[in-house]
Amino acid sequence: MTEALRPVFAPWNDPDEKPLIQFKNVTKRFGDFTAIDDLTIDIFEREFFALLGPSGCGKTTLMRMLAGFATPTEGTILLSGQDIAPIPPNKRAVNMMFQSYALFPHLSVWENIAFGLKREGIKGDALNSRVDEMLRLTRLERFARRKPHQISGGQRQRVALARSLAKAPKLLLLDEPLGALDKKLRQDTQFELMDIQEKTGTTFVIVTHDQEEAMTVASRIAVMDEGRMIQVDTPARIYEAPNTVYVADFIGDVNIIEGRAIPSGEHVQIAWGEGVSDITGTTDKSFDNGEKVHFAIRPEKVSVSVEKPDDTPNAFQGKVLDIAYLGNLSTYHVEMPNGQIIKTQSANTRRLSRRAITWDDTVWISFTATAGVLLKG
Amino acid sequence: MRRLTWFNTTSLTLGFAFLYLPMVILVIYSFNSSKLVTVWAGFSTKWYGELMRNEAFLDAAWVTIKVAVLSSTFATVLGTLAAYVLVRAGRFWGRTLFSGMIYAPLVMPEVITGLSLLLLFIGIGLDRGVMTIVLAHTTFSMCYVSVVVSSRLATFEMSLEEAALDLGSTPFEAFRLVTLPIIAPAVISGWLLAFTLSLDDLVIASFTSGPSATTLPIKIFSAVRLGVSPEINALSTIMIAIVTIGVISASLISKRAAVRQRLEEQQAVRS
Ligand SMILES: Nc1ncnc2c1ncn2[C@@H]1O[C@H](COP(=O)(O)OP(=O)(O)O)[C@@H](O)[C@H]1O
Ligand SMILES: [Mg+2]
Repeated sequence: MTEALRPVFAPWNDPDEKPLIQFKNVTKRFGDFTAIDDLTIDIFEREFFALLGPSGCGKTTLMRMLAGFATPTEGTILLSGQDIAPIPPNKRAVNMMFQSYALFPHLSVWENIAFGLKREGIKGDALNSRVDEMLRLTRLERFARRKPHQISGGQRQRVALARSLAKAPKLLLLDEPLGALDKKLRQDTQFELMDIQEKTGTTFVIVTHDQEEAMTVASRIAVMDEGRMIQVDTPARIYEAPNTVYVADFIGDVNIIEGRAIPSGEHVQIAWGEGVSDITGTTDKSFDNGEKVHFAIRPEKVSVSVEKPDDTPNAFQGKVLDIAYLGNLSTYHVEMPNGQIIKTQSANTRRLSRRAITWDDTVWISFTATAGVLLKG
Repeated sequence: MRRLTWFNTTSLTLGFAFLYLPMVILVIYSFNSSKLVTVWAGFSTKWYGELMRNEAFLDAAWVTIKVAVLSSTFATVLGTLAAYVLVRAGRFWGRTLFSGMIYAPLVMPEVITGLSLLLLFIGIGLDRGVMTIVLAHTTFSMCYVSVVVSSRLATFEMSLEEAALDLGSTPFEAFRLVTLPIIAPAVISGWLLAFTLSLDDLVIASFTSGPSATTLPIKIFSAVRLGVSPEINALSTIMIAIVTIGVISASLISKRAAVRQRLEEQQAVRS
């Protein structure tokens, strides 16, 4: 019910909405190495914007330009419509949570959190109440008097977060903030972050190389490669409608099938080798006859059965190569007559359901016409 | 624990004797009532009394301390700044030359340093006195400070300073509130190093001092050339005592700080 009452948060679709951050053709070079390549992007207020990409693709460089520790070689960055190039880091309404946390080792947790507030000239009761509020928010009240070396890694991470949140910045940059945490603590903290964002209304830009983390927390995800934005979209669209093979491959598990397109009415047929019938897919892109195409389909969109299903345009016979039972899921690797191996994944809803299928069995795999995505190139 | 064999015991004894026997003899003879340094004639503290009445020695002691405090303080400020720039500024034009020039005085023969400073002071018409010794000592001891401080800064986490800037401090505040407190132990040992270097420097001080200001090492050296007097033994004993008290209290202070830190940690764990 609450879902229905809350308007959909999608300022990027609203032409009247003013972006909080605008990158305009930003390029950053180190010597003759291009770390950020002609990047243009808008980030809106109250967004939780995730930067995702392999190590070395320029995520940290992007953040450092926002925080003021690096200047673009070309192009401009606007914050609330204002060019930030001439503004030094200490004058920007931007706070950054460092990957290394960068807590001041000689100051207590309390003093660490108070540091930024004191620089603003906040003193006395106002200072005390703000720091205490931050301690409460990050559940650190009991550790206020300790030094950073006297608390655990997870607590330190929360101190870093509290410290960067204390000044209530317009924009908070988190550089792989949860990288050092174990899985359980990481998930807890992810939800904590979203909760904080809900309460404070701050805009978050988070760097991560953990795609699951990006999917969990982000309003939009930017997938980067070699200094360029490959796709910027909501997590659901990144997952369901990747625009390139790179993005499809980067996020989650996927089958990539290479073939030739044969447009036929509202469908596109894909010829994908000897001994298999064509795949039927749908797309809003237009393909020439015989154009090279990649068909990307998620394993969970592919079902596997002993009998041939008759209500689908896509059903192919193959041989089971491998089965993995993962508790809640089972995956099958099925080899097609043309040598292509298709991964399927299905939830184990019934106890030891598909026990009927075993290694070397001949099975049918099937999916609907809309289950996969056709990608150019 | 390894037991003390006779070999270990002997080498330990010999080692300590080698280090401390000369000083022990010096201390003992400072309480000799005879004027002849090598003949023991009974216990007396009269040379200490003489020393207290010796204006020349007292003046020299005062000059020495003034010079040591001033020059080590200037050297610490300049050496720390130089180290900071060399480690932080990254690559800039002439960086290699600059860092080479900072470290060169470390290997430069003192005689040459002293002589060149003397020529400079004469050239610019600066009267030699306390001021010129302070300048000279600052010049050569700032290299030592900058070596000590830059080795600490090399391992200093750059992101701490960036975090300080990010939280709204000016570059100077970031240095004062974050960098300096963290590298303070290195800065303090740099100061102590500069202080002791200045305290016992003879060569450079001889070149740069004038008739108006003589340091203790110069005074002792010139007095000894006329023959070792028991007064000098007394003076040396006092210096040994001062240094010993300094070393012991410095180590006590640091030990106390360590204990306090451990207590704080325990309290923090309990709270
Ligand atoms: N100060 C620098 N000097 C030279 N090259 C740099 C510098 N900072 C980053 N790079 C290079 O830019 C690329 C992007 O780095 P970075 O933004 O840290 O990547 P990411 O955070 O995505 O792993 C890397 O190849 C890195 O080597
Ligand atoms: Mg990085």
